[in-house]
Amino acid sequence: MPGPAAHSGGLRGSGATTAVTSATGTITRAPRDSLLAGAEAPVVAFENVGMRYGLGPEVLRDVSFRIAPRSFQFLTGPSGAGKTTLLRLILLSVRPTRGLVSVFGEEVSGISSAKLTGLRRRMGVVFQDFRLLDHLTTYENVALPLRVQGRAETSYRAEVVELLRWVGLGERMHVLPPLLSGGEKQRAAIARALIARPELLLADEPTGNVDPGLGRRLLRLFVELNRLGTSVIIATHDYGLMDLVEARRMVLGDGRLHVED
Amino acid sequence: MASSPSPAAPATAEPFLPPTLRRNAPLVPTDSAASRSLAAVIAILTFLAALCAGAAEIAATSASEWQGSVAREVTIQIRPGPGRDVEADIARAEALARAEPGVAGTRVFSKAEAERLLEPWLGSGLDLSDLPVPRLVTLRLSESPSADLKHLRAALAEALPGVASLDDHALWLQRLSTMANTFVGVGIAVVALVLVATGLAVAFATRGAMAGNREVVEVLHFVGADDDFIARAFQRRFFGLGLRGGAIGAACAVAAFALAGLMARAWRSGPAGQELEALFGSFHVGWRGYASVLLIGVIASVVTGVVSRLTVRRFLA
Repeated sequence: MPGPAAHSGGLRGSGATTAVTSATGTITRAPRDSLLAGAEAPVVAFENVGMRYGLGPEVLRDVSFRIAPRSFQFLTGPSGAGKTTLLRLILLSVRPTRGLVSVFGEEVSGISSAKLTGLRRRMGVVFQDFRLLDHLTTYENVALPLRVQGRAETSYRAEVVELLRWVGLGERMHVLPPLLSGGEKQRAAIARALIARPELLLADEPTGNVDPGLGRRLLRLFVELNRLGTSVIIATHDYGLMDLVEARRMVLGDGRLHVED
Repeated sequence: MASSPSPAAPATAEPFLPPTLRRNAPLVPTDSAASRSLAAVIAILTFLAALCAGAAEIAATSASEWQGSVAREVTIQIRPGPGRDVEADIARAEALARAEPGVAGTRVFSKAEAERLLEPWLGSGLDLSDLPVPRLVTLRLSESPSADLKHLRAALAEALPGVASLDDHALWLQRLSTMANTFVGVGIAVVALVLVATGLAVAFATRGAMAGNREVVEVLHFVGADDDFIARAFQRRFFGLGLRGGAIGAACAVAAFALAGLMARAWRSGPAGQELEALFGSFHVGWRGYASVLLIGVIASVVTGVVSRLTVRRFLA
């Protein structure tokens, strides 16, 4: 878990200090996570997981992989390959038809509702369609993960405002989502995923609605978060984005997973 | 990124925050058309339940007033018999009654008064002087000490056997009490039914709200809210609606009773008013009636909150 500096004081100078953009345009990451990868208990482990909706065909077949702590990976594949389903399995919003799924060392079949909530609080998620609550302001949307933990507003106010300013929504924090542009919504969704300093970040096409410049900036934000100890999985089919970071690629095709380290 | 958190950051950020940040909006959207309809349904049901409770209260109060006045009076009936001096028998019975502790006063009905009591059945203008019309002595009982009617009855039977009998209106009182209890029982049953109907309407509305806010619920789950948190959010919303509906319904019922009281007072001068007053007393609901109306408003709100919470918990499970 990142320390208290994760995104209050810490992220302010991130682009210039640690997530270094090389001369070739790629964002370099510190190698320590790759050395440690596999040495510690995985954050997520899938073993021969199969998944089908109802009586339909299997969307995922014999999927096995491990997400090491503090690792960074892309999840890619053509549209309809099962990226979102795989993310939903990790998010525990659907259960596998067969195989074993473990999240933070907890095998998820028959998990209690209280444990499920505990696991979800350790994750942050950016949805492809943002899923901001239209009746809450940008500020309230971003503060939601802290509010549901029962924290008083005064305890997180400054933190939320600072993150909003960092993602460029400082002037839009009291605006309702329907009035935000696509890019602004996306940044709000990302801020909401980051605010509780998750140990695992799942992002489904997080740069799909923003211009390339902002996309790179957001990617740098994820890299920064990863450097602070968060495991990151970014589902995307944007190869240009993936080329910016040297990271493991998990490629889904025909329901099967192929990992390119 | 190497920079450590700046302790001054919150202090510097705070003064620039717009005041709208603190609006603390409810997590479940409010003020939809469905919410207003539900508040209206709760208001109507509360109003009906409060009317029932008030009517039962009026019936119970009137019955207890009747019972009080009837129970405070007993009657000695003296039958004239051949060869007996009925006036002497009356005097004897009155003396026995006066001697009894707990009898506050006596009143002897004269022969003319006794005959007049028969007029509704026999008509007026008849000469009843040849008929052996029974004579009555009414006794007013004091609250304390209470009269020992059994002892008085025995004394009368001993002194004037077969001539004097004591009527304590027990049958009347029993019927009155049964009627009043039935009224109150029916009132309570109707109030309970109306509250059950409120609960069912809320359960139905909660399910609708859950379906309408499926995405909100899903997002709340993903950001780490547990089922109880979500249930509480819905409970707060519905309790607010219940409170609004309950307050409106109870206020309307209180206004209706006040208006009915005023109208009853205005009509009291006419013959219909006398009938009304005979039936309902002064049409005064009393503090107990108003308290039960307010209580029904509160219970309707609590039922709304609790039912919505249980419905959400069941829905999520």
